[in-house]
Amino acid sequence: MHSDAASIKQSIRTYLMIGVALLVFTGITVAANLVHLPVHWAIVAALIIASIKASMVAMVFMHLSHEKQWIYGSLVLTAAFFIVLMSVPAFTGLDSIGTPVHVKKAAPAAAGHQGH
Amino acid sequence: MNIPYTVEERPDTGLANGKLGIWLFLASEVMLFGALFSSYIILRHGSVEWPQGSLSVPLGAVNTVILISSSVTMVMAWASLKLHDFPKHRLYLIATFVLAGIFLVNKYFEYAEHLAHGEGPSHSTFLAIYFTLTGLHGLHIVGGMIVMLYFIGPGAKLWQRNPEQFTNRIEYTGLYWHFVDLVWIFLFPILYLL
Repeated sequence: MHSDAASIKQSIRTYLMIGVALLVFTGITVAANLVHLPVHWAIVAALIIASIKASMVAMVFMHLSHEKQWIYGSLVLTAAFFIVLMSVPAFTGLDSIGTPVHVKKAAPAAAGHQGH
Repeated sequence: MNIPYTVEERPDTGLANGKLGIWLFLASEVMLFGALFSSYIILRHGSVEWPQGSLSVPLGAVNTVILISSSVTMVMAWASLKLHDFPKHRLYLIATFVLAGIFLVNKYFEYAEHLAHGEGPSHSTFLAIYFTLTGLHGLHIVGGMIVMLYFIGPGAKLWQRNPEQFTNRIEYTGLYWHFVDLVWIFLFPILYLL
């Protein structure tokens, strides 16, 4: 992949540029926080910026832009399980254990009849 | 005993064993942190109130800059070896180690301030997940520093005997270190900003 010195020197320039871009995106993340966006927009903006930064680290610093199939295969499997893991909070809405059961009160007439 | 495929690639995978090994390890790490991120979402969604702005954003931002810079110096340490420039590699690796140390010192001050105010992990749900996530991440930083220290010290002798194997080892250390950086990239906004 990086067989000769020229391509390594080219890669070094890319690493430095990505480093600067990551710092700029960190600045944008903090600046977006100062703007006081509505909470849901703040979450979306912060996670989009974090995902862009993470992709740059993975693709360039971790060389995922030019890797072998075995590594992509293991990462696809990891991503699938990661999605399942991130879906777990959604399933908690379906869980009824621990939620109070509301028993209907008996009608007043029936309650009076029972009293006699 | 000679361990096979430490430098040359296996014919079936097209990879040196160490590289596939570190990626499988990182896959397990994704699941470990994924489980905690998932717990964070459940706890936050289920809580009546969630403290916002209780952590120092400038300190968190400085730590983000430190970790990003350490990722750059780490990849430069590996690139220097590819250019057969060992002294420069050593300089970059020491810089990465120092930056990791500064990150931990900042974290220490942050923890100390919370604990001085009686805000331990049992104080609130937020602090429980904050200490768990950042504590586990901090342990990963310590782990990375131990490995770096080994390659700055006794492990560096391998460069004389087998430079290609040494370069591969630094690449695997780098992959781990970039992952630690990657985790922090998500930890910073979800804990400090949101």
